[in-house]
Amino acid sequence: MSVRVRVPALVLAVLAMTSLAAPAFADAKSEARSQVEFGINVAQRGLWHEAIYRWEKAVELDPTYAAAFNNLAVAYEHEGQLAKARKAYEKALEIDPNNTQIRQNYELFREINDRTSAKDPS
Amino acid sequence: MTARARKTRHSLVAAVCSSACAALMIACGTSYYEIPIETPIQPKMDVTPFQRVLVAGFVAGGSEDVDANQETVRLLRSQLRTKSQLRVIDADLLPLMDVAAEQGGQGPAVDDRPASDNGGVRIAPQAQGVALPKQIKEEKDLEPYERVFANTAYWKRIGEEFQNPLIVTGTVLFTPHSRSGYVQRDVEEYDSFGRRRVSPVRTYMERKGFILRPKFIFIDGRTGATMYSESYREEILYNSQQNTPALSSYFELMDRLVPNFLSALSSQKIKGTRVLLK
Repeated sequence: MSVRVRVPALVLAVLAMTSLAAPAFADAKSEARSQVEFGINVAQRGLWHEAIYRWEKAVELDPTYAAAFNNLAVAYEHEGQLAKARKAYEKALEIDPNNTQIRQNYELFREINDRTSAKDPS
Repeated sequence: MTARARKTRHSLVAAVCSSACAALMIACGTSYYEIPIETPIQPKMDVTPFQRVLVAGFVAGGSEDVDANQETVRLLRSQLRTKSQLRVIDADLLPLMDVAAEQGGQGPAVDDRPASDNGGVRIAPQAQGVALPKQIKEEKDLEPYERVFANTAYWKRIGEEFQNPLIVTGTVLFTPHSRSGYVQRDVEEYDSFGRRRVSPVRTYMERKGFILRPKFIFIDGRTGATMYSESYREEILYNSQQNTPALSSYFELMDRLVPNFLSALSSQKIKGTRVLLK
């Protein structure tokens, strides 16, 4: 009798948890997306520090967001933080290995980085 | 359903699909943005202790059509004047080949020679009797001259004379070069409808040009010690019928190397374009 009562209660609890977690997860994704869009907007105006702040927030909210890592890498590159840029590009490619645009960015970055082997402030 | 009705229905479906796709693309907006960036590159050396730079001269050889020593000094000084924070010292070129000969014991006795002939510095003879080639034609001819750059006492004295600047010196070899082989080039063709087509064609060609092999050595004028050095190799080849003056080839090759040279001692910004994604 008690087992009969417990099973539906467990199912209900699981359903309740998933129904609460799914919107939270969707919210995080959509918040990450709006942070990325805001970052693009400010980067186009030359406000790279603000863009970095936004994109760092985006990857925190959604650590599987390849575009956010890509944008962050571009911003780090622009700021001369080459070690951080490399890490972010590699993370973006790890998430989305077939993305040709990320790969192209990374190739261009490597061309500069390998050629100069400069000291890195990051 | 007749064939005509079927055809009309197909074209209607195609039109609906294409307009739906277009509407979707408009609704989604662009998902990537090209953006110009400028990557700052830190200098490879710490030149903060120096306010001045002396491009002292080079041990040079190869083609007789270009005075690689003089041209390299002139070019580097002008680049440093405009693209670095260091003040460039205008001074006569050091006769490094004579200096090397004296250090090797081939030249006139060091103490008999006026000090002004070698940058006002008397040199202690070293490595007596080592043969130095009179003409530098290839890379191995330069090797015996390398010891002049390791003579810290000599460079320290040069440094003292010019108030401890950063000293730039090294070797430059600019040699004629020719190579034959198959080269791929694009050939333009027009078909019977007048449509243009470009296709790659492999042709055997005899080509000639030049190779530039500079080695830049950066010496601390306070101690005479080498701080950093780097070597490069660039080549250019032309069709054998083309008659390009040696001096313009030299400048074309140096143009490729100058950003690398400058990045050793001053921060540079490398311009490029990247793609931001949504």
